[in-house]
Amino acid sequence: MNAPTRPPITPRGEEKVFFDHLREHELVFQRCAGCSHAVFPLRTVCPHCSSESLDLERAAGTGTVYSFTTQHRASHPFFAADAPYTLVLVDLDGGVRVFANLVDCPPDDARIGMSVEAVFDDVEPELTLLRFRPASAAESTAEEQS
Amino acid sequence: MSIRGTSAIVGAAQLDTFKTDGKSPVGLMAVAVNRALADAGLTLADVDGLFTASSYYAFPTLTLAEYLGIHPRHMDSTALGGCSFIAQLGHAAAAIQAGLCDVAVVAYGSTQRTDAGKLVSMAESSPYEQPYGLIHPIGAFGMVAQRHMAQYGTTSEQLAQYAVSAREWALLTDTAPYPTPLTVDEVLNSGVITSPLHKLDCCLVTDGGAAVVLVSAERARDLRDNPVYLLGSGEAVNHRNVSQMPDLTATEAARSSQRALQMAGVTLDQLDTVHVYDAFTISLLVLLEDLGFCAKGEGGAFVENGNLAPGGSLALNTNGAGLAQVHPGMLGMFLIIEAVQQLRGDAGRRQVPDARLSLVHGMGLTLAAHATAVLSTHPEA
Ligand SMILES: [Zn+2]
Repeated sequence: MNAPTRPPITPRGEEKVFFDHLREHELVFQRCAGCSHAVFPLRTVCPHCSSESLDLERAAGTGTVYSFTTQHRASHPFFAADAPYTLVLVDLDGGVRVFANLVDCPPDDARIGMSVEAVFDDVEPELTLLRFRPASAAESTAEEQS
Repeated sequence: MSIRGTSAIVGAAQLDTFKTDGKSPVGLMAVAVNRALADAGLTLADVDGLFTASSYYAFPTLTLAEYLGIHPRHMDSTALGGCSFIAQLGHAAAAIQAGLCDVAVVAYGSTQRTDAGKLVSMAESSPYEQPYGLIHPIGAFGMVAQRHMAQYGTTSEQLAQYAVSAREWALLTDTAPYPTPLTVDEVLNSGVITSPLHKLDCCLVTDGGAAVVLVSAERARDLRDNPVYLLGSGEAVNHRNVSQMPDLTATEAARSSQRALQMAGVTLDQLDTVHVYDAFTISLLVLLEDLGFCAKGEGGAFVENGNLAPGGSLALNTNGAGLAQVHPGMLGMFLIIEAVQQLRGDAGRRQVPDARLSLVHGMGLTLAAHATAVLSTHPEA
């Protein structure tokens, strides 16, 4: 039996811009020129003021876990070998919330409020996905001291 | 102008609510439609308004109309997930009042159990969520539960209490698919599927078909002596994808229900039975808080001590609903049918005495859409 293939995604328009930047290891969101709100996912029209002037900004990639869950089953046979795996919603320091996996962290150690940093996973030649890992010890020590 | 009390449910039917004997989803819808019409003393020839939603059919009213061989003059395929049908009660009442149709049928059918538990969905997947392996919808509800626990101290034991109470209600029906009592320990030992939710925190996976027939209030009184009037209707939108849900612990259900209650001129304390979408223990808890049956964050304490079991303070989900009776992909129709049975006094051993007023609240997707209906034995509250 052939190994199951990754379920395809078909990013279009603004979605494609986001994934093209992930490919460059850049996590981007938008800042509205009309009302200064941070906007994510990428849009052509601002949901706060209807402006069509939205400028790309690069996020630092650091943030805190808003919530998470560890799935003991996979959503698709392709992910079966990864189960259990942890999904996170991360509030980026730039002010928007993104969805990704938590890696380099045993499920029992996952906590709401924990500091995390973005990692870029080149899963395929044409596809880079976003992961988060616990913020490095050096950085969290620096934060505690500041 | 309001649709308050202007139309009524005169026919209701459900079938094969655990496993079908070989019917297709549209076949289940069709049988339910015919039985609901018979219940109303009407026939297919009377139907000129058709309302349905589906995970199977992209154009469900066309599919159902073709299957039934009818040519209605008003169609509505409003797609709000599991609460679509509750919203469609309001749409049907408005259409009847506007003269767009006279006999409206709202129908649903699903063979989710026969499909071996595979959640059937033709919904597009979000490129921002799908590549990370989210199981829709339970993965999202794991995140909701985790956040509710962290923010309010809600426990797995409290969530399990709702599953136990729902089973107690189901045991008062003749159709309970699992006709034995459930304990909190059994829920906690049923295996974590997506933390912190266990297998028995999740709804059943069943087949099922259901339909209701609505006509104007005047015509309803000619058809039967116990029409169930639509007194209030409300809807609200929260988000589409869970990664864009602003607050995982609170929803627009509050607005949806306020709209319906305000239209009805009814307050929560007047309700005799309440029917709230329970795809998961945690979704029920969040909705009870948002609907105002307890304060935000106090849902955990509210479900304790059998408060939601038969004999408790709130007659909620009196047939065991999604956790213990029926959940074929979308639950909305079946919440409506149970409310109708209570208001007709046909609920057997689980009958709430003299039930006159019921609230039905549904959500769609992951608490993304909301629809509320206030149903009554009288056209006035
Ligand atoms: Zn703006």
